[in-house]
This record gives sequence, C-alpha cells and structure tokens, in this order.
Amino acid sequence: MDGTLFRSVNKFFIIAFCLDIKSYKSFMHRPDSFFLATKMAAPLTLLLIVAVTIRAVLFRSSLAELISARVEVVSPLNAWKRVVEGLALLDLGVSPYSGDVFHETPLMIYLFHFTVDYAEIVFIVTDGITALALYLSIQTYNKDVFRKQKYALESDRYSADCLELLRSPKEMFYIPLKVAMFYLLNPFTILSCVAKSTCGLNNAIIALFIFCTLKGSALLSGILLALATYQSIYPLTLFAPALLFFLQRLYIPVNLRRSSFWFFTLQYAFMYVGSLVVITGLSFFLLGSWDFIPSVYGFIFSVPDLTPNIGLFWYFFAEMFEHFRLFFSCVFQINVFFYTIPLSIKLKEHPVFLIFMQIAIISIFKSYPTVGDVALYMAFLPAWSHLYRFLRNIFLVSCVLLACSALFPVLWHLWIYAGSANSNFYYAITLLFNFGQILLVADYFYAYLRREHHLTHGLYLKKKDGTEATLVLK
Amino acid sequence: CEIKQLSDCLIRLLLDRRDGTRTSEALTPAAAARDEFQEELVIRPLHSGDIYASFQFRTLWDTDFLQEGQKVSHYRLFPKSLGQVLSKFSVRELHISFTQGFWRTMQWGQPFIPSPPGAELWVWFHDTVSDVDGNWKELTNVLSGIFCASLNFIDLTNTVQPSASFKPLGLGNATDHRFLRYATLPREIVCTENLTPWKKLLPCGSKAGLAVLLKSEKLFHSSFHSQAVHIRPVCQDEQCTSKAWELRQTLNVVFDLYTAGQGKKEWSLFKMFSRTLTEACPLATSSKVYVDITDNPELFELSPATPLLSQAVVLGDRRTYSVYDLSRAETFGQLRSLNLLLRWKGDGEMLRPLLHAERYVAGFGLQTGEIHTVIYNNHPYRAFPVLLMDSVPWYLQLYIHTLTVTSKSRDNKPSYIHYQPAKDRHRPHLLEMLIQLPPHSMTEVTVQFERALLKWTEYTPDPNHGFYVGSSVVSALVPSMVAMNTNFTQDQPLFSSFVPVKEESSYFVRVYTEPLLVNLPTPDFSMPYNVICLTCTVVAVGYGSFYNLLTRTFQVDEPSLPLAKRLANLIRRIRGVPLLT
Repeated sequence: MDGTLFRSVNKFFIIAFCLDIKSYKSFMHRPDSFFLATKMAAPLTLLLIVAVTIRAVLFRSSLAELISARVEVVSPLNAWKRVVEGLALLDLGVSPYSGDVFHETPLMIYLFHFTVDYAEIVFIVTDGITALALYLSIQTYNKDVFRKQKYALESDRYSADCLELLRSPKEMFYIPLKVAMFYLLNPFTILSCVAKSTCGLNNAIIALFIFCTLKGSALLSGILLALATYQSIYPLTLFAPALLFFLQRLYIPVNLRRSSFWFFTLQYAFMYVGSLVVITGLSFFLLGSWDFIPSVYGFIFSVPDLTPNIGLFWYFFAEMFEHFRLFFSCVFQINVFFYTIPLSIKLKEHPVFLIFMQIAIISIFKSYPTVGDVALYMAFLPAWSHLYRFLRNIFLVSCVLLACSALFPVLWHLWIYAGSANSNFYYAITLLFNFGQILLVADYFYAYLRREHHLTHGLYLKKKDGTEATLVLK
Repeated sequence: CEIKQLSDCLIRLLLDRRDGTRTSEALTPAAAARDEFQEELVIRPLHSGDIYASFQFRTLWDTDFLQEGQKVSHYRLFPKSLGQVLSKFSVRELHISFTQGFWRTMQWGQPFIPSPPGAELWVWFHDTVSDVDGNWKELTNVLSGIFCASLNFIDLTNTVQPSASFKPLGLGNATDHRFLRYATLPREIVCTENLTPWKKLLPCGSKAGLAVLLKSEKLFHSSFHSQAVHIRPVCQDEQCTSKAWELRQTLNVVFDLYTAGQGKKEWSLFKMFSRTLTEACPLATSSKVYVDITDNPELFELSPATPLLSQAVVLGDRRTYSVYDLSRAETFGQLRSLNLLLRWKGDGEMLRPLLHAERYVAGFGLQTGEIHTVIYNNHPYRAFPVLLMDSVPWYLQLYIHTLTVTSKSRDNKPSYIHYQPAKDRHRPHLLEMLIQLPPHSMTEVTVQFERALLKWTEYTPDPNHGFYVGSSVVSALVPSMVAMNTNFTQDQPLFSSFVPVKEESSYFVRVYTEPLLVNLPTPDFSMPYNVICLTCTVVAVGYGSFYNLLTRTFQVDEPSLPLAKRLANLIRRIRGVPLLT
C-alpha cells in the first residue's frame, strides 16, 4: 500500500520537475548572445573588471617582483625571468636552447618576441580568455547534462526515489559564472598571472580546447589539443576524454568491432597528430634546429632541475640513489599517464568529468607543477557542486590545502633565508599539499561514482531485512 | 678588432722580449738539439714592507717534439716526463700554476707572472688533434700524477674555451679556440707535495744553484706562494726558421718579514729562505740574482753592494736592478757564500696599480644572488679596453639579461660579448666581454644568478662550506707609466723623450680577481630512505584510492552471518535443507 502511494506521489513530482525542465529548455533555446546580453552579461563583466583591476593593481605594486620569484608560482619551465633570458640570448645570437635556462617552446619565443613589452596585458587577457572559455564550456555542458537528465527521466532510467539528486535549472544557473569566478579570483591564478608564469597560457589553451570540444568542433579541438601537448606533453592524456565526448555526441557506440568507431577515432587522431606534426615542423623552421626537443621535452621527462616546487619530484630526485634514478623517473612519469585508460573505461559515459580528473592528475603528478596548474582544475569544482553531499572529507582537505598554502612561504623563508629550518620542512609541506590534492580528487571521483550509483539504484537503499543499508565499495 | 689588436700586441711584446734576450746567443752556430738552462731570482721590496721573491728557471731546447716521424728519446736538461707528455698529447702550449694565497694588487702592485688562487691550467693543442676533449681529459690526469695535484678533478663541467682572453704566448698565431682548454680549481690547496715534483723538473734539482733556497718550511710560511710551469714553442734564431721549446718554471713568493721581524724592515736571504747561496747550478749558462733598487738609496741600503746595474722596463715602469752574477766567483766574496742583506730606512708611498679588479657576491638567502666585479682604471687621463672573462659553474644559473656594466654611474655597453650558457652537469657558463674603461674610473659589472639544488651525491663532503667559483680574468693592454711620465726628473737625452717609444707605450697585464665562495641550498643528507619512502607513500595513496574506485563497485553492505550460523549452514547445505539467514 505504502509503496504505491509513494510511487504516485513520486510520479507527480517527476512530472512537475519535467515541466520545470521544459521551462528551462525553452529558456536555454534562446540564442546565446541574447542570453548572455540579458541575464549573465552584467555579472560576468563585473567579474572580469574586478579580476583585471586586482591584477593591474598587483602588477603596479612592489609585490609583483616578490611573487615572480616564488618557487610555488613559477617553475623552471614557465618562469617569466627565463622567457626574458631566452629573448636576451636570442638577441646575443646564442641559441636559447644551448643553455639550461630556457625551456619554453619555440612558438612561445615568437609570441613574446613581439609582445614582450605588453606582457602584462597579454597575461591579463589570457586569464580573461581562459575564464570565458571555461564559462562557455560549462554553460554548454550544463545544457547537455540537462538534456540527458530529461531523456533519462522520460525513459525511466532513474530510480524513483532519487528526485533530490536531480539537478534543477535554478541551482545550475549560476554555475558557469561560479566557474569563471573560481578561476579568475582564485589567489593561485592571480599569483600565477602576476608572476607572468606562462602556465596561464597553457591553461588558456586547455580551456579553449575544452570549449571547442564541448561545442563539438573536432578539428579545432584536435588543433588545440596538439598545441597543449606541444606546450607541455602531459595534456596528451586529454585525447581520450575528447574522443569519448565526440563519440557520445555523434551517437557512435564505443565498440572495438564497429567500423564507425574506428573511422571516427582515426579521423580525430589524424587531426590531432597532423596538427602536432605541423606545429612541431613549424617550430623547426622558425628556429632551424631540433634543439628544442631535448631542451623542452627531455627536460620535462628527465627532471634535471631540482629547484623546489610544490610537486613530488624535486626532493625525491635530489635524494635518490644514483642507481635507481632512471627506474624511478620512469615510474613517476608513467604514473601520470597510467590512469588514462582505466579512467576512460570507468568514466566513458562522462567525458567532461574525465577531463577534470585528467587535468587534476596531471597537475598533481607532473614534474614541474605550479599553483597555476592547480587553479585550472579547481575552477571546475563549482561544476560538481551537486556532489557536495557525497564528499567524505572536504573539510579536512580544505583545511590541509589552506594551511599548506600559508605554510609554503613561511617554511621557505625559514629554510632559505633564516637558515633555522632545513629542506625537510618545505618538503613536508609539499608532501601534505599533494596528499590533500589527491584526497580532494579521489573524493570527487568517489562522490561522482556514488551519485551515479544512487541514480540507478535509488537513494535510500535497504538491506534484505529492510533496515537502512550502508553502501560500500567491494 | 680591438681584441685581435690586443692579442697581436701581446704576442709581439713577448716575442720582442724574447728576441732581446737571445741576441747574443744567435751569434753562435746552432748545433743540433742544443739545449741550455738559465736561472734567475728577482727580489723586490714591496711598498707594504713585504718582500717579493720571484724565481725563474728557463730551459731551452732546439728540438721539435711534434714533428712527424721523429721520436725524441734523448733528454738532457729538459725533463723527460714533460717532454713525453707534450709529444703524446700534441700540446702546442701548456701553462699550469699552483697558487696558495691571493695576490693583493692594491698593496703589492703587479706580479711578474700573475696567477689565480688554486690551480690553473690552460693548454693549446696542436691543430692536428681530432679529439681535443679526450686528449684534455687524459692530459689532466697525467699532469695530476706529475704534480701530485687534484688536476684530475678537471672535467667538462669546469673547462671552458675562451674565445679571446687566452691567446698563445709562443710561436704560431693560432686563433681557433677549439684547440684551447682552460680550467681552474679554485679550491686546490698547494703544499709541499706539489713543490717536490716541481723541483724535480729542474736540471740541478734542489742540490745546487738558486734552487737550494727552495725549502718548503720557509716557502709555505709566507703570505703568497705560487709555482708555475709554462711551456711554449719559440724561435731558434732571429730568422725563425725552426722551432725551439721553452720551459719556464717560475716560483713567486711574498714574505711578510715586517710583522715577523717585530716591525723592523730588515731582511736577508738567510732570513727568508734559511739558506745562503754558495754556487750557481753547474749546468746553467747564466745564474743571476736581481734586486730591485729603483727606490735606493732613499729607502733602504743593500749589502754587499754590487757594481753591476741593469735597467729594464718591467710592467710599464722603468726599474733599476743590482745584479749578482753567481757564475762569477767574486760574487760570493771571501766567505764563499752570498747572503744579501737589506735594511729599510723609511716608509714608501702607496703604489697605485693602474689596473685593479675585485669581485664579490651580493644578496642574501640561498635562492638568488648577484656577482659584482669591480674594475678600476687608475690612469689619470687615458681610457683603455679590458677583456673580462668569467667562468661560472653550472649550479649558479646566470641570467645574462640582468648583466649591467656601469662606469661613472653611466651605462657602459660592452663592445663585444661572448656568452656560452651552461648545460646542467655538462659545462659551465663562459662570459667574455670587452669593456672600455674610462680614465680614472671604477667600472662595475653585475650579473644575477640563481642557486640550484643539487642531487645529494653532487655535494662536496663539507657542503655548508660553500662552493668555489674561479677568479675572473681581466686581460688588458695598460698604458705604460713610462709613457705617462712627462716631467722627467731622471737624466734622459732630450731627443728620446718627445714621442713616447711605441714598445713602451703599453704593456700587457692579466689581473685575477678573488675566487668566490657561494653557499647553495642543501638537502638533508641523512634521509634518502625516508624521502623515498614518504614520497612513494603519497604516490601510493593516490594510486591506491584511484585503484579502489576504478576496480570496485558500490554494494550494499550485508553483514556476514555469525560463525555458528555459518557452520549450521554448512551442515544444512550437505543435508539439502534450506539455509538459515
């Protein structure tokens, strides 16, 4: 008796919900420009103005120099000081790659060769572009999520009692703005921008890649992914989520025996590899030598520069026994790429979440991470705000990350300037910071999987004897 | 263009000087493989009250090691160990010096042969050598054995190929610096064990001649000690039809007898070396002691006096020397021993060298720093160019865009910059600049650097002592004091003084700055295991949590049955009865 009553009430709610969706849908179907101009343009513009003002003020203050020397903010790969050094070497007629100071790609030299005097503007604009691209991507993604949720509801794929897990247009309305805000007003991004770390440019390329992917442009997506790979190798792992997204969008099932699957995969791979070859060839012709390959990619993989940063590599390889160095550098580098295939299998229905996971894993396990990398994946957190109820240790993680961010400069000062601490102190903090990040990403992954499980199996699970059940991983 | 001119001048000057000394010998017909040996000691009282004694031993041999198909196996005066090394490694020119202490140019003026603290080695290889780096590596190891020094620590990480600062001093105008190798070991400590093999290279050893004065207990009880070996090819005669090899062994030492002698400025050969001279080396064609008496008799008196005087323009200054010829019996007097004695009467004025350079590290903390090199031109009215060469180890990452050169608080752009950036663990930075020094000025060269964190095995056993950075080398043609001196107090014919003589108008000087001692950040050397374990733990936490989420699925947690019920179920299964739940 109870069951049928519950069911009917539920049905009613779902219908009401669908109506809500309909209204949202009609709302969403308005042209984007109109949509932007009316509802969201004002807060977004305000956000951009605030972000630009903060950056401009910091650029003009004496803090800029201090920030640009921070090892957490700049790494040997992306320090502005090294870009200037590369340009100076070029002016002296010395190849920038003949030394071990410059590790930017040749296209970067040529970009800054022309814009070195407007570098501050370039970096501010880059941040703006990244935020805008993220904003539009998440907007597109939300529409997509909504459409899928509607189809799932209509085809009764969701469990009856998971109504409160469904997402309503109201709560999703401000998510794109929040994402843009998380990126633009994140202290990590601001520091990275004020230090003129070229990490901001890499972030922009990745954000544009996500935008193009979500908009469904396979060619642009392939080109931008090639550009991102060219810049720092690691975004190579984003190939899998992008491919999955396109397959899903074109309703091609992921089936290794289907020719349509292989056709599209090869097509996308060709676009990607083709643009990679073109970009690399272009670099060769710009510089007339292949010197940049060992200097950029060899440097990323072999980790010769042990300058402290927020990552796991520097102290590990400073303390490593010479005998095991090669082995461990292989293990640590494989670790970054290793998760791609299992994650793609597990999350093949959710490519956007997979993109988030990949970016986060790269920024934790890459050889020269900076806070700018952390800021990129943290910008996505508002997009997963609906997972909040399933997060297990978000409080602990937030505390750890906040405390570590505050302790980085303190312990650095104690080690390098005061001489009252040693390298272990700073190392301990990097360890904790990475531990916090791992916990955060794993927690979101857990929450995402759990929500998916509840959507199909119902929110209030019962044991066989009817008592409330606890969900465990087995 | 200026560099070429500078180096040409240098070569010509040296050739000229050599020709002067060899004029008399050119008259005798050159016999095959003729060799000769000369020894010489110059004593110069310094204005600071210190005594500068400079020994030079020169062996000339009219043979060519490097000729094809000619194996030289009969050695007389020339040390065989060095001869074999020269021919084996096709060395065109070799200069090696070991120095303990730092030459204080501001107090002591210019030394006759400058050298940086520690060990310095520079070699020009013959241009037929194909594997220069291989030869260089073997050569340093061999020399390490010959001189009992740590020259084997010279490798690619501290070797540079200067493009302009070090030109061949001997015959041949090789300009291709691919065949040049230059390295310094600023940390090298020079002591008795380096002196003994050096003395063994002398034809008379330390048995006779000037070398009897070289007693290590006195030589190393001094403010400055430098011993060197210079080998170069020279002309056999004025026509320069064939080559001869010249080996110059020099030893420079500065004694601080002023403080040791309770403030009395009084010294003698015996006080300095605890020996007196009794004979010349029988193998030497000439054996002389020179005492600089340019300031005599106002400042000091010298005994025994000698009627022999000699004038020479040394380092741009006209000096007068008393000469004691050890090959003549009357030099030793009735006692059969020569003990020079010198008493000071008053204080000398401070001598200001025209060119002087110093260097220091600025900044605090272990992250960044700035190298300051300050070069002084004390000439009142003439500007002259200097070549500055810096070789900085790779673990100090130089930022060349922060290079500033300022003289008289104005930007002084170098007219020539040769910069070779370092490669981590492979080669050092090399920075060479041609800077015009304005008259009476101080020029400051600054460049910023970042300190690298090294692998724990790359630190020296005392890592917190710091790391040495070799001296900068300032090479210059300095305008001569003789040419500068326009009011002649000395008797000189008027016809000689209107236009300054060209040979004397400038002279070549090399000034070495102080080596630097730079601290680097250090890891904790005691815990490689801990670090490996802890970092791997964090990576494993990441791997483990992802692995968990990837491989497992969510399931309702059904508590397992108590043991009694499970046992009962086992029996029930056998009996085929429904199971308990």
